[in-house]
Amino acid sequence: MADHSAAAGHAHDEAHHPTWTTYWKIAVILTVITAVEVSAYYIPAWEASWVYVPSMLIMSAVKFWIVVMYYMHLKYDHKLFRSLFGGPLLVAGLTLVGLLFLFSKLALRLGLLS
Amino acid sequence: MTATTAPTTAAHGDGHAHGGGHHTSLGLDNRKVAIWTFIGSECMLFASLISTYLIYKGKSPEGPFPHDVWTSPTTGEVFKPILNIPVTSASTFVLLMSSLAMVLALAAVQNRDLPKHTAWERILGSSKIWLWATCLLGIAFLGCQAYEFTSFVHEGLTMRTNLFGSSFFTLTGFHGAHVTAGVLWLFTLLAIDYKRGLKPSDALLVDICALYWHFVDVVWIAIFTLIYLIK
Repeated sequence: MADHSAAAGHAHDEAHHPTWTTYWKIAVILTVITAVEVSAYYIPAWEASWVYVPSMLIMSAVKFWIVVMYYMHLKYDHKLFRSLFGGPLLVAGLTLVGLLFLFSKLALRLGLLS
Repeated sequence: MTATTAPTTAAHGDGHAHGGGHHTSLGLDNRKVAIWTFIGSECMLFASLISTYLIYKGKSPEGPFPHDVWTSPTTGEVFKPILNIPVTSASTFVLLMSSLAMVLALAAVQNRDLPKHTAWERILGSSKIWLWATCLLGIAFLGCQAYEFTSFVHEGLTMRTNLFGSSFFTLTGFHGAHVTAGVLWLFTLLAIDYKRGLKPSDALLVDICALYWHFVDVVWIAIFTLIYLIK
């Protein structure tokens, strides 16, 4: 019974599966974001400002999210797959931030250490 | 262009098992659960490699450096910033387009049985075209990486030169090895396609390979920003 309800719920998700047109639109969006990222690298005023690093990280995260949700179909797939990817990704992210704090890199950047 | 939505349940790892797969208690194909578990473990592998690079960043006493000019105190030789952003930007674009080709290959296999009326629909519905496109774009990315590595060595940066060289070559080399494995995997799908044709019931085979390929792409999205664009 549980199998059937899971499959039925999943079939509902598939009705919203991306189309070919959506895939092309996503490719254009990814290209535009990449072009903006590279342009920012070559604009001295942007590159030198405090918003540069946050803006780069946000744009990168948006590209990451778009590919995972639409090209990897995680938005439409079973929630178990989201857990299997999201859990380790969270651990990986926390490990990265933790290590950067441990080696003072992030703490210095955020002005927490003199 | 027809915006068709006719995905098969096989591509999602539920419903009936195809090609020897087994169901989990949730009704999901075990191969799809396995690839997502593998991708999860790969997240942690690449996080450790990226962490290592970031921790060692700026700690090399001697150049060449990624974004700064360095003059050797012993020889007086001047080394330019070593990262080549234009080439890497081009290879990033190539990898993003390979992800588009891969997802179109999957859609072509899923929609194989649908009628194709126009030439554009026949192109969109050809899994061979899109699998070849993905392979060639992957090879082009590897070519860019080979060019980059070769030019670095010629400019005096090897794995043993400094901390930057060690962590950079390890991180990007591991990623390149993953791309190489992905290209080989794609060739096996092409071989099946030429031998007997990939049918909608084979969509899960393509989907699993596609998930791996897109993961390699998202890892590069992170590497490109953290290593190349942020100084």
